[in-house]
Amino acid sequence: MANRKDMMHDHILDRPNSYIGKSVPRPNAKRLLAGRGTFTDDINLPRQTHVAFLRSPYAHAEIVKIDITTAESSPGVVKIMTGQDMAKICTPWVGVLSHLEGIKSAPQYALAIGKASWQGEPVVAVVAKSRSQAEDAIDLIQVDWNELDVVVDMEKALDSDVPVIHDELGDNLTWQRNVDCGDVDSAFENADHVIEETYISNRHTGVCLETRVIVADYNPGEDQLTVYHSTQCPHMMQNLFAKHLGLEEHKVRIICKDVGGSFGVKVHSYPDEYATAALAYFLKRPVKFTADRLESFTSDIHARDHRINTKIAVSNEGEIQAFEIDDLTGIGPYSVYPRTSGIEVNQVVNLTGGQYKNRNYRAQARVVLQNKSPMCQYRAVGHPVLTLITEGMVDDAARKIGMDPLEIRRRNLIPDDDYPCTAPTGLPFEKLSHHASLEKLAKMIDYDALREDQREARENGIYRGIGIATFIEVTNPGATFYGIGGAAISAQDGATLRLDAKGNLIVEISVTEQGQGTEAVVAQCAATAMGISLEKVRVITGDTDVTPYGGGTWASRAAAIGGEATVQAGKALKKNIIEVAGIMLQADPATLDICNNNVIDKNDGNARISLEEVGRICYYRPDTLPKDYQSELVVTRHYVPKQFPFAFTNGVQGCYVEVDTNTGFIKFKKYVVVEDCGTVINPQLVDEQIRGGVIQGLGGALYEECLYSSEGQFLNGNMADYLVPMAVEMPDIEVGHVETPTLESELGAKGAGEAGTGGAPAVIMNAINDALSPLGGKVTDQPFTPEKILKAIGKIT
Amino acid sequence: MDNIERIKINTVVNGENIEAFVEPRLSLVDFLRNELELTGSHVGCEHGVCGACSVKVDGNVVRGCLMLASQADGSDILSIEGASDSGSIADLQKAFHERNALQCGFCTPGMLLTSSELLDHNKTPTRTEIREYLSGNYCRCTGYEAIIDAVETVSNDRAGSGRNGKS
Amino acid sequence: MKPAAFNYKKPSTLTGVLELLRESGEDSSILAGGQSLMPTLNMRLSMPNMLIDINGVNELAGISVTDKTVRIGSMTRHVELERSSEIADHIPLIQAAMPYIAHPAIRNRGTIGGSIALADPAAELPACLCALNGSVEMTSTSSTRKVVAKDFFKNLYETDLKADEIITAIEIPRYDENYFSFLDELSRRHGDYAMCGLAFHAKIERETISDAQIVFFAVEAKPIIATTAMKELEGAKISDVSVEAIQVAIENDLNPFGDLHASATLKLHYAKELIKRAITSGISNE
Repeated sequence: MANRKDMMHDHILDRPNSYIGKSVPRPNAKRLLAGRGTFTDDINLPRQTHVAFLRSPYAHAEIVKIDITTAESSPGVVKIMTGQDMAKICTPWVGVLSHLEGIKSAPQYALAIGKASWQGEPVVAVVAKSRSQAEDAIDLIQVDWNELDVVVDMEKALDSDVPVIHDELGDNLTWQRNVDCGDVDSAFENADHVIEETYISNRHTGVCLETRVIVADYNPGEDQLTVYHSTQCPHMMQNLFAKHLGLEEHKVRIICKDVGGSFGVKVHSYPDEYATAALAYFLKRPVKFTADRLESFTSDIHARDHRINTKIAVSNEGEIQAFEIDDLTGIGPYSVYPRTSGIEVNQVVNLTGGQYKNRNYRAQARVVLQNKSPMCQYRAVGHPVLTLITEGMVDDAARKIGMDPLEIRRRNLIPDDDYPCTAPTGLPFEKLSHHASLEKLAKMIDYDALREDQREARENGIYRGIGIATFIEVTNPGATFYGIGGAAISAQDGATLRLDAKGNLIVEISVTEQGQGTEAVVAQCAATAMGISLEKVRVITGDTDVTPYGGGTWASRAAAIGGEATVQAGKALKKNIIEVAGIMLQADPATLDICNNNVIDKNDGNARISLEEVGRICYYRPDTLPKDYQSELVVTRHYVPKQFPFAFTNGVQGCYVEVDTNTGFIKFKKYVVVEDCGTVINPQLVDEQIRGGVIQGLGGALYEECLYSSEGQFLNGNMADYLVPMAVEMPDIEVGHVETPTLESELGAKGAGEAGTGGAPAVIMNAINDALSPLGGKVTDQPFTPEKILKAIGKIT
Repeated sequence: MDNIERIKINTVVNGENIEAFVEPRLSLVDFLRNELELTGSHVGCEHGVCGACSVKVDGNVVRGCLMLASQADGSDILSIEGASDSGSIADLQKAFHERNALQCGFCTPGMLLTSSELLDHNKTPTRTEIREYLSGNYCRCTGYEAIIDAVETVSNDRAGSGRNGKS
Repeated sequence: MKPAAFNYKKPSTLTGVLELLRESGEDSSILAGGQSLMPTLNMRLSMPNMLIDINGVNELAGISVTDKTVRIGSMTRHVELERSSEIADHIPLIQAAMPYIAHPAIRNRGTIGGSIALADPAAELPACLCALNGSVEMTSTSSTRKVVAKDFFKNLYETDLKADEIITAIEIPRYDENYFSFLDELSRRHGDYAMCGLAFHAKIERETISDAQIVFFAVEAKPIIATTAMKELEGAKISDVSVEAIQVAIENDLNPFGDLHASATLKLHYAKELIKRAITSGISNE
């Protein structure tokens, strides 16, 4: 392939003074450390108003009457709007994509009309001079509700005696997908062992420390809508606000300031955000919406609510011969827009068992509606679920035949030299390193020593367990994720690089920053490609008026896709600079390079002219250049992966835990992750993504759960009752790497942001079950709480 | 409700004398953010659990969302901006930066002020003690380990032992 | 979530507070540490007309030790108890409770008076007060009275405190050096409300247990004094104590209610685990 180092001149991985592979501290972190970041709620515009929402207290209720008369004269109130009036300014949307065949969902409005379908759905918008005053007015609004029967148990959502949430859809089935590969029936019939198990992945949610925030302002003098938005995808939001408010897209500007965590929560579009933009348009003045923590719990997307029945066939020699799954997932009353709520289960269907040689695979998946908060993509999207069930099944098989969990994986993982190949579901794998990663992990965790320690501990009545989880992770998606389904979500991204008159480099790029270090990584790529030192690089992201058009940051694509666009632009700009330098120096450009802020002679390395001098001449003294020559010190390049629909990464997680069989509490004794994300641009940033991702995955595995009553009331939607991982309970994590670059890009980088989260639930479940196996106990129902552990070993009933 | 009497407060914020008339229900963190435009302290939950609003009042770290601005009358307030500008947490900031003990930065002011208070009272905390002291500060991005590393590094450096890394 | 509007007064004397309280009655709330009150105001679960800030009343501060009691002013903050040498010397049970109470920032503001007045079923200090046979001193414009702890805590968030009274002090008897204190709790995360907690206090002299107080918290609506278990321990020699017998007695004493994080069954199981710890790693090491 053309991107191989040995086939390319001036390959990005061969640059002198390279920043690739260096753990450079993030330049843009300093202001955050000084408390001088700018998060969207820090923005206050002249004549700004605040919007708060009266939200449905019921999971399913007809809105019979809304009386706003008293509320309208509450101090500070500027405007109160209900669904009918809002629908005149903001059109509804439907969360479907054509490549998810048969998916259906009802039109959803910014403010509910006719009925509310989940507890927390926005019904009335109150705009006032302050948030307090808006909330005061909400207390004065009188709503007559007629409570309706609710759909809360996803197992019953398709029963005939259960209400159909949207009549026009005919039933509560949003989507289903079936795959049948190889000969599953024959494999099960002839297998030495067939093990069945049911896994429950619990509904949980992102809990970004900065809630969703948006400040929208409409200037009628310019017919321009400006939106400060804590979002991952400014161009997508530009398209959506323009589309649903009837504005011209180029007259909608989205600006992302510092984003206080997003993890996919802020990659979706939300009714209250459309309402805010619509109100700004209507009122012709700024409207700010800052979700408070309580409304964040009920209105941010939830994720990962699945019940999966599984079946695995294995021979006495440990050969996995078939996987079969039946996945039922309950979303909210609407498929979320524009990415749809089918993607999570689609990943489960696509990738369960994907790291193994086995070709016999059958999957049935159904996505059903419920009267609960809407559910959609959240960090690692489906991978935590599919890795949980895959690695759970494999450990079950190992236990059944008395084989070591490492050994069964050695016998079944796709060999490292067997690529490219295709998963049974058709997904192509470029090149993965399951075996190299597994062996590295075994060494890092000192597997044999742990087994010995475990054995000794058991003799003393102490129960420790080793968990292993191999995983594949989707990163760097091309257009096959969303574009082909009709979504206006860009799969390509662009970087504009500009050398200024002082020889500094400005990079304007369409991928965005939420703390993972996008700006740092992009700067490292630009500096390396250009031969310029890092402190002379300034990166600008998150402004649709400034950067090229692109997809933003999600599915771990920013470093790899944004980085590659930057590299290509950097190489092209360097070519332009060398060309004009050649003219200035009367030298052949082929003999020149840029290194350490100077144009140098390639032969002897001597600096011939500084970039600052090149800039000065090009900008201020073009009269000294040939009449027929125009220098161009600005270059834009775009990049989209095309060969493979995704860049798959792979890795292994391993952990060693001690389970207190009196309390059910877990103590971490060791936690190791080996990750292969291709070329590593900034090792520290990648390792920290792994660490943060693991803790987030452990949160869902051990603590977090959105608990609902049988009436669809969200019972624990606050920070005291919804348990997120805090410092004391969480482990230190060792991270190791294997590097299998992708040849799709010159950089060879894949994504790394989600792998930690994808593998953690599987590894902790396997570790707990390994610890409990002598006691005959097993957990399969997340979160794996002390109570469930004690029940599993019969300590309580 | 009618006839709410505004409260006159005299307070010192980051060394500056401030006189203000505030609504009784205005929280200390909203006062800092909206009246004084010191936006470095953040609002994450408004129920005292996440720690994003941490500020120092009369030398002690408190939840800015659980105090009223009215209660700041006669008190000395230090927010992250004041702590940063004074240089008193410079070594913590440097250690956090080098260790990447922050990602989105939203929890960071709270983490810095709370760590600073820990090191004032316990000059050589163990990693467990660091985790315990920070147990009321929520971070979703880092998974905490880098933060613990950074605080440990600073405590080692201040103690002059020059040791780095994990104990 | 922003609170509903309220008026605010900050009297500088106890008399001033009590007069205001008498006038406003049920319409006002006392603002002490604010760590429990403010969240309810922020969530509009509580909407008083007036907040009476008692942080300016000096008479309510301070710890004083007499030969018979330790008197803790109701506005004494948790962090002061945590750092107090008087508490360390004279009430080790309360010192033991401190690290479990929420987090440092909360302890920097929260007060013992506030904790006792709120009587959260999962709180440590009410249980400690019961185990120490302490009393609550309450004052109104017309009177001052004291009520022993076990009579003070009545039901879920319900105490003997009247609408026109505030807690002015907590009084705890001084115990001699033969007394043993043990406090332990099980919670999902450090600083969380306990799923089950135990405050244990007993005299141990010549290897014999007497005056044992076994008080569980986070199990029922108020601190539960495990009288059957206490009878089992009365006069027993440490070496003769049967953990199993005590655990059976606990089953008799406790009628737990389950909550979001722990079922009744789990709470009972944990109560038995905690008493086992109190006996095996606590008393047995004395």
